[in-house]
Amino acid sequence: MKFRTLLRHLREGCKNIIRNGWMSFASISSIFISLFLLGAFMLLALNVNNFASSVESKVEIRVFLQLDIDKAKMDEVENKIRLIPEVKKVTLVTKEEGLEELRKNLSDEGLLDGYDDASNPLPDSFTVEVFKPQSVSNAATQIEALNTGDETAPITSVKYGEGKIETLFKITNAVRTIGLVIVLALTVTAMFLISNTIKVTIVARRREIGIMKLVGATNAFIRWPFFIEGALIGMIASILTTVVLLVSYAQFVKVTQEGLGLMMLSLVSFQQVGLEISGVLIGLGTLIGIWGSTISIRKYLKV
Amino acid sequence: MIEMQDIWKTYVDGTHALRGVSVRIDRNEFVYLVGPSGAGKSTFMKLIYREEVPTKGQLSVNGFNIGKLKPRKIPFVRRNIGVIFQDFRLLPKLTVFENVAFAMEVIEAPKRIIKKRTMEVLDLVGLKHKHASLPAQLSGGEQQRVSIARAIVNNPSVIVADEPTGNLDPETSMEIMALLEEINFRGSTIVMATHNRDIVNSLRKRVIAIENGLVVRDEARGEYGYEI
Repeated sequence: MKFRTLLRHLREGCKNIIRNGWMSFASISSIFISLFLLGAFMLLALNVNNFASSVESKVEIRVFLQLDIDKAKMDEVENKIRLIPEVKKVTLVTKEEGLEELRKNLSDEGLLDGYDDASNPLPDSFTVEVFKPQSVSNAATQIEALNTGDETAPITSVKYGEGKIETLFKITNAVRTIGLVIVLALTVTAMFLISNTIKVTIVARRREIGIMKLVGATNAFIRWPFFIEGALIGMIASILTTVVLLVSYAQFVKVTQEGLGLMMLSLVSFQQVGLEISGVLIGLGTLIGIWGSTISIRKYLKV
Repeated sequence: MIEMQDIWKTYVDGTHALRGVSVRIDRNEFVYLVGPSGAGKSTFMKLIYREEVPTKGQLSVNGFNIGKLKPRKIPFVRRNIGVIFQDFRLLPKLTVFENVAFAMEVIEAPKRIIKKRTMEVLDLVGLKHKHASLPAQLSGGEQQRVSIARAIVNNPSVIVADEPTGNLDPETSMEIMALLEEINFRGSTIVMATHNRDIVNSLRKRVIAIENGLVVRDEARGEYGYEI
C-alpha cells in the first residue's frame, strides 16, 4: 500500500465517524454502557477480593503454654516455632498481658476483680502469624508436634479457629470465583452487544460497500477505513468510560472513607487500580471496535 | 472486446436468466439492449462487470476470461468498466466532487491528478459549478450526470448503463443520451439496457433484443420494436 493511500484511509476513517454521526453515536454509547458495567463490576470484584484477603490475613494461631513454664523453656519453644517455614511472626503474650486483654474484652463486668498478677489464672501464650493464611492449619499441626519428644510437654493447646477457618476460606474462594465468572460473562456480553451495534451500522452501509466494489476497490482498500473507524470508535468510547468510571470511583472512595467513616471496610484506592482498569477497558474497547467492524464487513465484501 | 459464446446463466432458484447467448461487441460500438422486463438484460450486463458469473459458456471482457477470473483480480477488471444505474447509486454523504474522485482514489491516483481529472470530467458533464453539493441537492438528471462522471473518470474502455434514463423526464433523458454519445465518440464502448422506445428509434444504433434468455434480434441500426 502506498503511503498516501494509508493517509487517505486514516482521513476517511475519521471523516466516516462524523459523516455517520448517529451511527457512531450509537456505537460509542453501546460500548460506553457495556464497558461501564464491566468496569464497575471489576472494581466491585477487586474490592471483594481485597476484603477477602484482609479477612484472611487476620487469621492467627494462639499457642498456650504450661502455667508453670520457665523463661528458658519459653524461649526454646518460641525459637522452635520461629523455625517452622510457614511462620511469619511470633509474639509473646505474657499472662499479665493476657489478663489485661481479657479485662478489656469483658469491659467493666467486675468478673475478674478477684484476680491480680499473683493469682492470675491465665497461661503465657504466643500469637503466631503465618505467611499464607491457607497454611495456618499445617503450621498449627507442626506447632503441636513440638510437644512430642519433650517430656515436659510445654504446649497445652494450639487454637486457630479450626473448622471456622476452613469455612471462611471456602467462602472467600467462592466469592472470588463468582466475581471472576461474572466479569468474564460481562466481557463476553459486552463484546456481543458492541459487535452487534457495529454490525447494524455497517448493514446500513452495505450500499456504500457495493458502490466501492463496483468502481473497482479491492477488499483491502474497502476494509481499511472501516478498520480505522472501528478502532477509533472503540478507543473514544473506552477512554470516555475509563474517565467517567475512575473519576466517579475516586469520588466514591473519598466520600465513603472520609465522610461516612467506614474505615474498617477499606476500599481499594484509585491509585492501586486506576492503571489496570484503564488498561483493560481501553484495550478491550479498541479490540472490540476493530473486531466488530472487521467481522461485520467481511460478509459484504463477497459481492 | 466483449465476446459471449453460448452463455448460460442459471440462478440458484433454478431460473434460467440466459439460455445460450452468443454475442460479440467490438471496440467503440454503441449497443442498445432491449426486451421485456425479466428477459435477461440485467443479467447480461451483470456478467460484463462480473457481478455474476456465467453458469456455462465463454465470456471474455477486455481480454479477461470472466468465468475463470480469480476473486482477487475482479477489482482490476472493473476499473476498466464504468457502470451507470437507473437509481444513480451515489454515496449520499459525499459531495459531487468526492463521489467522482472516489473512483480515482480506488486506483491510488495522486491527489493532484485526482483533483485535475475530476474537475475535467465534471466540466464535461456540465456540473463543475456544483462540485461541492451533496447528491440530495441535485435534480435527477444532475445526479445521473454525476454517476456518469464517476463511470468515465478512469477512462474505462467499456461503459455499462442499466436504464440510465429510466427515472428521468424525456428532455433530461435526451441530455443524458447526448452525453453518452459524446463519451462513445471519445472512444468508449457503450452497452445500454433501455425501455425507452423514443431514444432507440431516434438515436439509431445497434440493437440487441433479448427475450426469455435468448437473443431474438441483433440489428446494426435497429429499432426498439416493442409496443409499450
